[in-house]
Amino acid sequence: MADNNSSRADALGVSPGEVEQFRGYLMRYALLQLRDQTSAEDVVQETLLAAVEGGDRFSGKSTVKTWLTGILKHKIIDQVRRQSREQPLLQGEDDECSEADVVDALFRADGHWQNFPADWGDPGNALENKRFWETFEMCARLMPVKTARVFMMREVMELSTEEICKELDITATNCWVMLHRARLSLRECLETKWFGRV
Amino acid sequence: MHIPTCRETSALLSQTQDRKLTLFERVGLRLHLVVCNGCRQFERQLAFMRSAVKRYLERDDHPPR
Repeated sequence: MADNNSSRADALGVSPGEVEQFRGYLMRYALLQLRDQTSAEDVVQETLLAAVEGGDRFSGKSTVKTWLTGILKHKIIDQVRRQSREQPLLQGEDDECSEADVVDALFRADGHWQNFPADWGDPGNALENKRFWETFEMCARLMPVKTARVFMMREVMELSTEEICKELDITATNCWVMLHRARLSLRECLETKWFGRV
Repeated sequence: MHIPTCRETSALLSQTQDRKLTLFERVGLRLHLVVCNGCRQFERQLAFMRSAVKRYLERDDHPPR
């Protein structure tokens, strides 16, 4: 019986080569969320190690990539918890403009857009352009730290508002406000740096 | 019936990606969008930004074997 079990583990095991091909994907994922090359490299390295060492735990029910992403997600959440202990969301707004400032700058007093969002045409074309992704990376980096943290938890890690609130100890309203601010600033940046020039 | 401003509409459009709006909010949102091209553009841009994040992550990947 023991033999049976080990051969089953071998069949489902994951080789180092197999996980290595996902390093680029995992790095982009970690970097968007953590915004720090060293921390991102650390969590990706730990993920790949954990995957190879615990390869027999790969059930084969999901793809290797989904499985790796799951491991990475846990490691990133640990990091985010540490980051938010060091930089709590609701304290020390000094390194970034307050919510009101960012949104106020984009709207007139009567609630109209200061500059109405432009027609981006068929923005899907940009996705095929390597230079668009450089702009995208730059705009992501330009987002204020805490705003980006919430935005990436929602869009990269695909956590629900409830999960984000729980992790960061903020209210749902606060979370929606930060996501709104994040999307407005990403929009503004992409329009100014990319779509405005096409 | 209060028709939301662009600023309020942009917040509602953003929240559409995070929660189910109330019927009241949805009606106000639709009424605003009918008359406001800028907010209609923002609605499309939100969808684009969401898909762009996903595409960014998948970008250079080798097809799964």
